[in-house]
Amino acid sequence: MSIFALGIELDGEGNHPAAWRRAHHPPSESLSGGTLTQKARAAENAGFTLATFEDSILPPKGDIRGRVDAVNRASFVAATTSTIGLVPVVETTYAEPFHTSSQLATLDYSSRGRGGWIATRVAEPAAARAWGRPVLTEQVDLDREQRDSIAVVRSLWDSWEDDAVIRDYASGRFLDRDKLHYVDFEGESFTVKGPAIVPRPPQGQLVVFGTEADREQVDVVLVTETDRDAALDAANRSRGLTFIEIDITLDTPGVSAADRLAILNGHQPATKSPRLEYSGTTTGLVQLLTDLADHADGVRLFPTVIDEDLPVLARYVLPALFKSGVAHRPVPGSSLRANLGLARPADRHAEV
Amino acid sequence: MSSSEVSRPDAHVHFGVFFQGVNHTTIWSDPASGSQIDFETFRRIITTAERGLFDAFFLGEGLRLREQNGKILDLDIAGRPDAIAQLTALAGITEHIGLVATQNTTYNEPADLARRLAGLDVLSDGRAGWNAVTTDNAWTGANFRRGGFLDHELRYERAEQFIRTVRAIWDSWADDAIATSTDSAAWADPNAVAHLARSTSQFDISLDATLPRSPQGHPVIFQAGDSPVGRDFAAANADVIFSGHGTHFDDALAFANDIRVRLLAAGRPADDIKILPGTQIVLAEKASEVEEKRRWVLEGQYTGQTALSLVGLVWGRDLSDLNPDGPLPADDPVPAPISVTRGAARDGKDPITIAKEWRTLAEAKNLSLRQVAIETSARSGFVGTPGKVADELTRWVRAGATDGFNISPYIVPGGLDEIVGWLVPELQERGAYRTEYTSTTLRGHSGFVNR
Repeated sequence: MSIFALGIELDGEGNHPAAWRRAHHPPSESLSGGTLTQKARAAENAGFTLATFEDSILPPKGDIRGRVDAVNRASFVAATTSTIGLVPVVETTYAEPFHTSSQLATLDYSSRGRGGWIATRVAEPAAARAWGRPVLTEQVDLDREQRDSIAVVRSLWDSWEDDAVIRDYASGRFLDRDKLHYVDFEGESFTVKGPAIVPRPPQGQLVVFGTEADREQVDVVLVTETDRDAALDAANRSRGLTFIEIDITLDTPGVSAADRLAILNGHQPATKSPRLEYSGTTTGLVQLLTDLADHADGVRLFPTVIDEDLPVLARYVLPALFKSGVAHRPVPGSSLRANLGLARPADRHAEV
Repeated sequence: MSSSEVSRPDAHVHFGVFFQGVNHTTIWSDPASGSQIDFETFRRIITTAERGLFDAFFLGEGLRLREQNGKILDLDIAGRPDAIAQLTALAGITEHIGLVATQNTTYNEPADLARRLAGLDVLSDGRAGWNAVTTDNAWTGANFRRGGFLDHELRYERAEQFIRTVRAIWDSWADDAIATSTDSAAWADPNAVAHLARSTSQFDISLDATLPRSPQGHPVIFQAGDSPVGRDFAAANADVIFSGHGTHFDDALAFANDIRVRLLAAGRPADDIKILPGTQIVLAEKASEVEEKRRWVLEGQYTGQTALSLVGLVWGRDLSDLNPDGPLPADDPVPAPISVTRGAARDGKDPITIAKEWRTLAEAKNLSLRQVAIETSARSGFVGTPGKVADELTRWVRAGATDGFNISPYIVPGGLDEIVGWLVPELQERGAYRTEYTSTTLRGHSGFVNR
């Protein structure tokens, strides 16, 4: 049976650059832990299978110039949520894969198996200047760092077999060192020895998201297309799980989606979205998602204003999808992998 | 002793808890020993510490698994979470306690680390701390992009530039940069966020910081180095010293007085650094039970195999076939050009000298190999009834030898229960411990004003 999983992006106050003007709290609360917890809980209660957290070492492009690191945000809500998957962006171009591996494995422990990772290239030269590293702008270089980073992170997650901690009183050994493995990665631009400092994460491997170019290495491909047919085509052709990305603006009680967008654009015009865009009634969105469910394995929704669109999604859209059986609430106590229909992988070193 | 006491009759004892993880001093071979990695273990310890009104919860860091004789060390607890990610998760379930991450200045870059620490600080409303450590060995560097790029002599130079750069990043946003109303002209005042560019011998960076200052201004900076260079580094940069001087009162007082002198030389007030030595506290309800409890803890920490491993460090070879309850090896250690043990070296001392000292000790007291390992390695810490230990800790703090203690529980997750249940009330009865949190930030708990 195929799944159709619902994801929501929780970055900032929403996808519109002026979203903060419609937030239900003052701007000075935009980055606070309390605001973040409230949004994550609202998404969990609504029945989303996962929340994603956009990120970059560079400031966001909208009006909100501030942003807390995405692994920090996902971790902060890990122990105060119980079913929703938590999927931060971590860039691959300049970051240390060893740290990335440890950070994400730690998130998987604190969330009890609900961690994921959107592995992302960063093409802006400003990112290299912030890191203090040589600038990479050629696609081939960005692709290499992405490929090598995902490979290293995944092999570090497998560098402790599940049963490496033995606590053998008789021999006085805490570890079975035969179940720990050097990764000995040698790429063109870096090498990593291993093993990890964090034992194998609860899911074995966290759910890794990327683009179609990363298909061989990732669990889920995010389809970013402005045209519906192009998006469906991309989802149909991809050999594995796909999520289609959609910007959404919904009618709210008393104000139409079109009016909401017009008001926001009056403050600060939105730049052209790289994704599908939906603006209108909740029934229209339910129909769109129902149609997409025949082609893709999930969606990642980008609400225009989280505080306005999420309550409407929770009240009207998700209940309709659950009632018709198009989508399901995630199962409490299950891992993110399980909620996406992915098995827990055996460690690559484990004896069969 | 040349050091004189500093009378502080109203001073309070401050506690931190150091969740060590990777070591042999956390007992794993007891039924009460819990998982070293499950989040529940960390939740239990931090909530106990917060109930006990501790200043802070600390996590260590080690960026490569320890090895001995070229093999991964399998006797000790190993495996730990990433400190900042784990502390941020713990921030979500606590309200007051400080959250201190050990992070090194060699295998991190300032923009990224400043941002992750500030993220912890902002989300926790001002409870973050950073224990800044230096590492230079290429062996650890094998896990990182630049490998072992840093010369040993340059590690403090890099650390000092690193901390200054991080502080500059944390100060990029003026206080009140963010608007307080959705009707404001902009989310943040564009003139209140400064671009930062730095070019030093270690760093050449340029960035727009993405985070405001937290309620405490900057995360509290901890430092643990003990060499003269390390002490000067602390006097120039640190707020708190996580010292190794927590065993003998005179030694602790001499260290504290030395730091006071260095602080004045650096142009800072003599009380501008708080000193929290790492220690272990073993409590027994009755005086008659103290010795038995002490022995139980030591035997759990120094199993026969662990003793053979510790002695093997000095002898430079695998001794695991020896009988730990027999004598020390008959032959002398063969000095190795570099330490064969990685990540757990005994810095600086010549193995033949150590072996000679140990033999003398063994003969004088008629000790087995295992007993020598205990005698020479064990952190004695504080052992006694709650009342007696409370008297002792109060004396240390009120004579200016320390400001408090950073306690490593000898077992997790239950290792703080007796300290919070028995010792804290005794200290409170003496007027030497807070009875409630009076601040919301780590800087405030530590007795500083916000920066």
